[in-house]
Order: sequence, then C-alpha cells, then structure tokens
Amino acid sequence: MARIGVFVCHCGENISSTVDCAKVAEIASNYPGVVYSIDYKYMCSDPGQNLIKEAIQKHKLTGVVVAACSPRMHEPTFRKATAEAGLNPFLCEMANLREHCSWVHFREDSTTEKAAELVRVLVEKVKHNEELFPIKVPITKTALVIGGGIGGIQAALDIANSGHKVIMVEKNPSIGGKMAQLSETFPTLDCSQCILTPRMVEVAQHPNITLYTYAEIESVDGFIGNFKVTIRQKAKSVDHKACTGCGLCIEKCPIKKIPDEFNAGLGNRAAIYVPFPQAVPNKPVIDRNNCTYFLKGKCGLCKKVCPADAIHYEQEDELIKVDVGAIVAATGFDIKHSDFFPEYGYGKYADVIDGLQFERLASASGPTLGVLKRPSDGKEPESIVFIACAGSRDPAKGIPYCSKICCMYTAKHAMLFKHKNHHGKATVFYMDIRAGGKMYDEFVRRAIEEDDVNYIRGRVSRIYEKNGKLIVCGVDTLLNSRPVEIEADMVVLATAAIANSDSEELAQKLHISYDPYHFFSEAHPKLRPVETNTAGIMLAGACQAPKDIPDTVSQASGTAAKVVALFSQDELTREPLIAYVNNNTCVGCFLCQSVCPYLAIEKEEIRRRDGTLVKTVAKINPGLCQGCGTCVALCRSKSIDIHGYTNRQIYAEVSALFNRREYAGV
Amino acid sequence: METKSKIEPLAQPLKEKILNEINELVMKCYQCGKCAAGCPLSGEMDYTPNQILRLLQIGDPLCDDEVLRSMGIWLCLTCDTCHSRCPQEVDFPHIMDFLRSESIKRRKVHPKAKEIIAFHRSFLESIEKTGRLHEVGLIASYKLKTFNLLQDVDLAPKMFVKGKLEIFPHRIKGKEAIARIFEKAMKEAEND
Amino acid sequence: MTKIGYFPGCSLNGTAKEYDLSLQAIARIADIELVELDDWNCCGATAAHSLNSTLAVALPARNLAIAEKMGLDEILVPCAACFSRLAQARYEIKSDEKYRTKIPQLIEMEIKGTANPITVLDFLNKYALDKIKDKLYNKLNAKFACYYGCLLTRPEHLSTIERREDPLVMEKIIYLSGGMPIDWAFKVECCGAGLSVVRTDIVGKLCAKILDDAQSRGADAIIVACPMCHSNLDMRRNEINKNLSTDNEIPVVYITQIIGLALGIDPKKLGFDKHFVPTDKFLHKLQKQTVEV
Ligand SMILES: Cc1cc2nc3c(=O)[nH]c(=O)nc-3n(C[C@H](O)[C@H](O)[C@H](O)COP(=O)(O)OP(=O)(O)OC[C@H]3O[C@@H](n4cnc5c(N)ncnc54)[C@H](O)[C@@H]3O)c2cc1C
Ligand code: SF4
Ligand code: SF4
Ligand code: SF4
Ligand code: SF4
Repeated sequence: MARIGVFVCHCGENISSTVDCAKVAEIASNYPGVVYSIDYKYMCSDPGQNLIKEAIQKHKLTGVVVAACSPRMHEPTFRKATAEAGLNPFLCEMANLREHCSWVHFREDSTTEKAAELVRVLVEKVKHNEELFPIKVPITKTALVIGGGIGGIQAALDIANSGHKVIMVEKNPSIGGKMAQLSETFPTLDCSQCILTPRMVEVAQHPNITLYTYAEIESVDGFIGNFKVTIRQKAKSVDHKACTGCGLCIEKCPIKKIPDEFNAGLGNRAAIYVPFPQAVPNKPVIDRNNCTYFLKGKCGLCKKVCPADAIHYEQEDELIKVDVGAIVAATGFDIKHSDFFPEYGYGKYADVIDGLQFERLASASGPTLGVLKRPSDGKEPESIVFIACAGSRDPAKGIPYCSKICCMYTAKHAMLFKHKNHHGKATVFYMDIRAGGKMYDEFVRRAIEEDDVNYIRGRVSRIYEKNGKLIVCGVDTLLNSRPVEIEADMVVLATAAIANSDSEELAQKLHISYDPYHFFSEAHPKLRPVETNTAGIMLAGACQAPKDIPDTVSQASGTAAKVVALFSQDELTREPLIAYVNNNTCVGCFLCQSVCPYLAIEKEEIRRRDGTLVKTVAKINPGLCQGCGTCVALCRSKSIDIHGYTNRQIYAEVSALFNRREYAGV
Repeated sequence: METKSKIEPLAQPLKEKILNEINELVMKCYQCGKCAAGCPLSGEMDYTPNQILRLLQIGDPLCDDEVLRSMGIWLCLTCDTCHSRCPQEVDFPHIMDFLRSESIKRRKVHPKAKEIIAFHRSFLESIEKTGRLHEVGLIASYKLKTFNLLQDVDLAPKMFVKGKLEIFPHRIKGKEAIARIFEKAMKEAEND
Repeated sequence: MTKIGYFPGCSLNGTAKEYDLSLQAIARIADIELVELDDWNCCGATAAHSLNSTLAVALPARNLAIAEKMGLDEILVPCAACFSRLAQARYEIKSDEKYRTKIPQLIEMEIKGTANPITVLDFLNKYALDKIKDKLYNKLNAKFACYYGCLLTRPEHLSTIERREDPLVMEKIIYLSGGMPIDWAFKVECCGAGLSVVRTDIVGKLCAKILDDAQSRGADAIIVACPMCHSNLDMRRNEINKNLSTDNEIPVVYITQIIGLALGIDPKKLGFDKHFVPTDKFLHKLQKQTVEV
C-alpha cells in the first residue's frame, strides 16, 4: 500500500497570500494513500527539509509530494532531502502551487481548491513512481575548440593548462580572428597584436594543443563525454612540415591582385599567401580558387622556386576523425559591409568604409602602415564622420538588436584619428552612447573632452558625394532637431555585428539551437550563459552574441572551467529521466529514430544463443537521450516510455483530474 | 479657422486614436531623428517629424493640441522620405494625413496654413463640379479665397500661349456621380 | 496589337500636353493601343488625401472600376502622382476590409481591384522598348540626369523600382536610346510637389538644389517621368533661380520626349516648344552631335 506524505509550502507569502495552505494540507490528508500532511512557511529551509526527512522515517513514507514552487527551482533540493532520509529521490514529486496557481489567481476559494487539485494529481502520480538510479557514462578527456579567435584561444589555453588535451579547428589559414585585425583596443588603447600574438604562439607550441588551421567541421556525432567528430582538413597545397616559411613562393607568384581578406579588402595578396606577418602558423597556403595552376593547369612557379620542395599541388582534402568529450564553439562573428546601406550609397562610395576597414587603415601593419589614407585617392582625410548604430537597432533592416561593441570602438576610432591628425575634424552621429563597462564611459568622455570629438545625437539620413567630398545629411536632435550637413573626406560606418554566414549550418551539425539572427543560444540567459542546450557543447565569445574582448575572454574562461569540471570526473552521472524501449513489443519500424532530435535512437539486434537474428529493435543511447518524449508520442506499438514520466504515471494524473471534487471537501 | 478659445482637453489621447483608426503606433518612434535629417522641409517646419511624434508620445492634451495647431503638419509633402528610411518603420506621412483632417475637424488649423487648405479646397471644388481639375477655375477660386490676386500672374499668359491652359472646363458625363461621392465622403467625415 | 488602359490624368490634358504627345507617338510606333478610360475623373491628388481620407480612395477607385468594366487588366498612368493615388486606392481596397465594402457604395460601381495601374517606366520596359529597339537610330550625344522624385520610388509597397535610393531604370532606358546617363545625387529628392502654388518659395529652394547638382555634374538635360516634377522644375524656373548664384538653364524633358528624339520624331511633334525653359540650345547641341547610324 502506498504511504504518501504531502508537504505544503507557503513560500513566505508567495503562495499563502492567495492559497489557504493549511486548508490544502487538510484536504490532502483525506486523499487515499496519504498518511501524513502538513503545511509550513518555508519548506526549502533547513527546518522545512527536516520536516520531510523526519516524516519519511517516522511514517515509513513510500512517496513524497512537496507542494511549493516550480520544480525547476527546488526539485533537486527536495529530492536530495528525500534521499538523505533513505528514500529513493525519484519517489519525490513537486506540485507547482506558486507559478501554476497562487501567482496567477486572486485569493478565492477556487484558488485554494485548485491548489488542492494540483496536489491530488501529483499524489496519484507518485503512487506509480519507481525507484530510479543515475546513469553513468564514460568521458573522453579531450576538448574540441572550434574557432581560433581570442575566445577560442583563451578557452583552449585554459583547458590545456589544466592538463587536458585540446584540438583546435580554425577555418582560416591562421588563428587570431578579428582581434588580429584590430589596431589598438579600447578602453586602454593597447596594441591589439602585441597582446594577442604571444597567445597565438602559445597555442601553437602548447604540448596539449593540436592545431588544425584551414580546416572545418565535417560532422559531429555522439554525446557529452563521447563525441565523434570528423574534421575536414582542406588541402593547403603546401607541406607545412617541409616548408621553412621562407616566403620565396609568395614573392614569385604572378597572381598578386586578390583582395586581401585580412586587410578587409583594402590591400591585395597573392594566390599563395600567409594572411599576415604574425600568422600562426606562419606558413603559406594556396588559394585554389585564384591560382593559375588550379584554374588553367599552367604556372607552377611557386613549386619551381621552393627550396624545400614543400609545394604539393596534388594534396587533397583530408578527413580526420577524432574522439572528444566536450566541444567549445568559438566561431565569432562578422559585420555588415557598406553595400548593405542604400541610403549611404549601396557601397558605391569608396570612402564610406566599415569599422574593420578603419582598423586596418589605422594599424601599423595595415596596407597604409598606419597612416590614415582614404581608399579612393589615398588622400589623408581632414574630416571624418563616424556613424554609430549603422544597421543595428534597425528593425527595418532586419537587425533590431544593439551590436554592443560599436559605441566603444567608434569612440576609439575618433580618438585614433584625432591622435594622428590633431587638427582633423571628427564627428560622431549616435543615438545613445552605450558605454557600460569598467573605464568605458570615462573612455568616451575622454574622446569628447580631451580629443574634441564632436558627438551629434541623431541618425544620418543619407550620404552623397560631391566634388570629392562626402556630404553627410544628419540632424541634431539636441538642437531642436536642426538638420546638419557635414562635408567629410571619409565616413566610417559602425556597421551591425552579425552572425557568420555559416553559423546556422554549424549549429545544425552540432545540434545546438540558435536565435533568429543565427547567433548560438545559451542554455539560460542568466544562469547558464556558457552552456548550450546540448550537454557537453559550450560557447565562448561573439558566436553567442556580439561581445568585446574582455567579455569574450571572461566567457571563454568560464567555458573552460565548465569543460575542466566535466573532465574532473571519470564518469558522467546523468538523471535517468530518459526513454527506454520494450523489446518485446517493438516492431522495429524506427519511426522513433527519424524524429529523435538528439539522434539518440540506435538499432539493436536481438539474437538467439546460437546467433540467429530474432529481430532488430530500437535502442536508446542513454548518453544522448534528453527525455523529450517525442519518440513516445510517435511509437505506434507503444513500446517506448520515459522513466519518471511513464504513460502509467501520466494516465494516473489525468484520470485523477477527471474524478474531481470527490475529495474536494470545499 | 483658428479658434482662440482656451484649450479644450481631448477626451482621448491622439496617439490612441491614431492606433485605433489608422493602426499606427507612435510609441515605436525612438527619436533617432533620421526622419528630420532627410525631410526636405524639416528646416521650414515649426516641429520636425520626430518632434511631432514626441509630442504625440507624451499623450498629454496640451501636447496633442500643439501638434494639431502646428504648421509642420501642413508643410509635409507626403514625399515618404522619412517613412522609407525610418529604422522603426513609422509611417509618418500616414499619420500626417490623419493629423491634418483632425486639425480641421477640431478647428485648430494654424493661421498660416489657411492658404494651403484654401488651395486644397479649391482643388476639390473644381473636381466636385466637373469631375476633373480645371486649372483656370482652380486658380481663380483659390485667388478669391486667399486674395493672392497677383500670385503667379506671370505664369498664366505664358501657359496660355503654350497651349497649356484651357479657358473652359471639361465636364465629365459622370459629374453627378462624382458629386454624390463628394457628398457621401464629406458626410462620413463629419460623422466620426 | 497590344491594348492597354490609359489614364492620362488632368495634367496630360493641360500643363503636360507634351508628355501626352510624346507618349502617344511612341505607342503608335510600338504598335500599342492606349485605350483611354471612359469618362475618367481626377484622382484627387494631394488635396483629397490631405483633407479627406475616404475621398482619397473613392476618387481613384472610380477610375479603377471603370477600367475593370472595360475589361482592362493594366492601366498606364503616366503621371507619377496619379499613379501613386490609383495604386494606393487599389492597395487599400485589396488589403482593407473597411474600404472593400465602403467604396462600391460610394462610387456606385463594383470594384475588385483587378485592374493594375502601371507607371510609364513599367510600360516602356514591359511593352514598348522591345518593339522600338530596332528603330532607335539616333545617337543622342548628351549627358542626361534622370530624375525620379518621390512617387516613382516611394512608398515601398507601391513602387516597382529596384534600388529605390539610387534607381537605374531610367538610366538604362536612356542608355538604350543612345544617351549618356550621369551619376548624380538628387535623383530621388523631393521637388516640393503639392506646394507648387501655395509655397512657391519652398519649391524654389528644393528644386534649386536638384538643378544645381545636375548642372555641377555636367548634365545637358534633366529627364523626368512625372508632370508634377516637370512643372516644378520647368515652370518655376524663375523662382528657382532666385536661390542660385547663376541662372540655371538646363531644360527639363520627359523621358518619352527623349525616346521620341531617338526614334527620329520631329521635336515639334514631341512638344519641345511647350517648355518654359527653352530647349532650342539643347536640341541644337543634339543636332550638331547627332550621328545617324
Ligand atoms: C571594428 C571593430 C573594432 C573592435 N575593437 C575592439 C576593441 O578595441 N576592444 C575590444 O575589446 N573589442 C573590440 N572589438 C570586438 C572584438 O573584435 C571581438 O570581441 C572579438 O574578436 C571576439 O572574439 P571571438 O573569438 O569570439 O570571435 P572572432 O574574433 O570573430 O574569432 C572567431 C574565429 O573563428 C573562426 N571561425 C569562424 N567560423 C568557423 C568555423 N565554422 N569553423 C572554424 N573556425 C571558424 C574565424 O575564422 C575566427 O578566427 C572590435 C570589433 C570590431 C568589428
Ligand atoms: S602555382 Fe598558383 S600559387 Fe603558385 S605561383 Fe602560380 S599562381 Fe601562384
Ligand atoms: S553599441 Fe552603440 S553604436 Fe553599436 S548598436 Fe549599440 S548603441 Fe548602436
Ligand atoms: S526616423 Fe522613425 S524612429 Fe527615427 S525619429 Fe523619425 S519616426 Fe522616429
Ligand atoms: S513625408 Fe512629409 S514629413 Fe516625411 S519627409 Fe516628406 S515632407 Fe517630411
């Protein structure tokens, strides 16, 4: 016979202000099978938990129903207490009186009545609960880091320094990401390369890190602790073991006019190239889409001049299979370019540039060696207009969010310009200045107060070119919305930060969710900001949302801590609330397999002792199953069930609702 | 047209009427000023488009009154520049149309806008009578309404010589039908 | 022979006779019949939608209904302002239940919104250009600033033009006709339209900026596809020049007139004598440079 205990919590006044808790406890005591029932002000407090523990022992309870807040909040608390009293924790259930009743209704008899009904439903369920035991899965203690920007670099170094193996996959020929392209960084104006390159080198030399550059993720299978990943190593056409990095090939390559990605299109590179002088690895790859040898079958100059015989045109893409226990996505972000803006000329004015282009112009290693020269004619600009929120916070352009980094880098850009040209005129059009962060607002104030940057509050309606000048038509909303026209030599758009164009594809390979703008979604916006909804896959940096370097690095270290915590165990313990198959009734149709969003359903052959095949049935991989129940709903022979939410339990709850009022007593 | 009487408080904030009647949400405007920056007339207006929206957003009878008495609403050319570039997709010209008819209905028209309305009225009268616009008739009627007798006198003879002015109006056959359309539309406007 | 509904609107009967003349000439050569709507009425223009929103839909709707009754699927509306009113009325009737029931009662006619108004640019692109391509034998050695103004490019839901901030359709047509379109910055700026009579001062200021930009970039003529733009830029030239340091004498020409020239039609028959700003210098220049091919 069931011996159920009911514990009704007031949650301070959260529940008791609209629900008569004592009355609920009283009604519950009449439910069949309930042998003990009590209410208390804070059930989650120590004395509250003790009430439960004592009752379990004293009344030899076989099931516990705590009527309190959401199970998301305190289920672990009460299950732990139950276990401490010697009862299997999965025999404890929670009725959510707070979110489902007291918060959404007024104080009325019917509110109390509803609360009592919610308790009764759970009492009926818990009668059918079974003892369950946590699942254990082994862990491969190697992490995969996808993306070698500052986010990926930080996560990889932290994990590697904790003694675990790391595999880093970077799609470009060098690691470094956007930070490698920056000139100086806010809020301290230290040189970006100077602080980044030592870390890049550390990654390359770290004994625990294996680096694959010019490589991408082909496929991901498996589950937390046990991922099986295939990496596509794109053919570099250069044997990096043999190559000495002398650079003769680059010098001799006749194809030299390819727009240079690293310089944001402002310079040129050859078909065989190292993206930038401090690249890691500092060895070239051949860009086959532009190489004459690959396009026309002729040339071969680089091979001829290479003293190390490192050029291998016949090299092919290679698929490398690795086993990892955790994955960190750190693939960063992209920005919109000036051709995105019809009202700013559809990209037809060469001197209307984006922020990254400005970084390259300002960078000592950039195409102009740090002298600000405008792209159209190489003239040094006397007047620059900076436009904040270009494309951001702009629902009409499909980007309603704030890109977060641009207020700060715009102030930085204006400052850098003024430092290079003291008499220059720097104008910033902005809507709000978002400079929340340590030393951030001070930084912006410095631009305004010390460097005399003219901040005008208003959006720019259009830009056109006249006699070699760009005419910027804006407005000063702080001056009676007076229209303002500024003649500029160059305009820098702080364009919206967006997700990478391939981020959706990668998210689908990883089976992680993403937001409408294709940034990867964290598991909880506040409490689980570095994990994804897929166990074992975490996030670092701007692939989750636009972020600056300090935020990226913090998140990367947070992610590394999560990975290291995972790797600190030899086996993984998981809640057993997952699906299981009844082999006797399964007909092997595998409809379930086709719908499982976590690819947790495999095939299992049932054989006689002599080895003859009886049938093939579905088998749930306990490491992958998230207990979502999609398969249960679909299985026609009703052969799948979910531990903790079995059909029997659900039927018991539903039929309890149908037999209403019997015990209501109100 | 302009009544000097003290401000009668509006029963319902204009912004609610705008939402109910033409389904435009003035609260969407976040005061970036891009409309004013691009509006060909913001330099001439007493209140620029974003300022009119700001007044409406406050939802205060005094502010609503200022909007209806403003000259800006009469200068708007419905060129749609503001709307087409507005990041928040505020259809401002649509709101302007509403404000103009509201301003007339509540007799709050800015004194300097009288001529503009007189012109619009003369224009509509010309159509009401004949079904089409008769330019000579329009100008004559407008001049009588505003006493701007000398305006554009230099244009008329030249237009006539170039065969661009018809002295006599063309009356369409369905002019009674047109008159009935006017009657019904005007009645409807009075009723709501 | 292709048949298309034709709504000339009040201006093409009056101030914009040359637009009508040149358009009809092209249609004849292209072998397209322009069927004028029976007993059409004025679209109501700015006046109607400034004062009475119902009237603003009802007046153009009557014309749409007439076209439907005549079995016409498309109506060529050469005036960009009329086009905007007709297209907006059709849009309201199709999208707003309120108008769908109210309008038939007002105009005492049935209306479904099947007749689609098209602009002169749509007309040229879709019907005329193909048919006259081989007959365009004049090379027009002059620089043209194509001016779109507001109503061809805005609002978005009515416009059929791509790249609305920097459209290129007229430029393509001019190029096909042997002319040299220039890149300039005031293609889609407003000319002042409806304030032409009452606030000529404002029209003067706005048009001055437009003409000045065209002149500074070496335009020999401004090309328009709207009688409102034309009358502001052409008839108001005295007022405009008050805002400029030197008098601007660039003629303002309808796109159909230019095509007419390219087709070799006599400028008189295209109404070049009807402009306020003299076109003789421009025509003379063309004649001098015109090479028959
Ligand atoms: C103009 C500009 C100026 C800035 N200035 C500053 C500043 O002064 N201070 C500051 O703190 N922040 C600044 N930032 C922000 C800074 O750039 C970012 O915070 C930082 O780059 C984020 O690092 P990340 O590693 O997350 O992404 P990223 O730097 O974008 O790196 C991502 C890496 O992942 C790789 N990758 C992408 N997709 C894949 C894939 N599918 N497979 C494998 N690899 C992949 C990329 O190639 C790249 O190497 C600026 C940003 C911009 C645009
Ligand atoms: S083979 Fe290709 S990469 Fe090598 S030199 Fe020739 S073009 Fe350059
Ligand atoms: S960070 Fe600043 S500039 Fe960038 S979108 Fe946000 S508010 Fe605009
Ligand atoms: S452009 Fe739009 S959002 Fe900006 S001030 Fe004008 S109406 Fe408001
Ligand atoms: S529609 Fe009116 S308010 Fe908007 S830009 Fe044009 S004139 Fe200005």
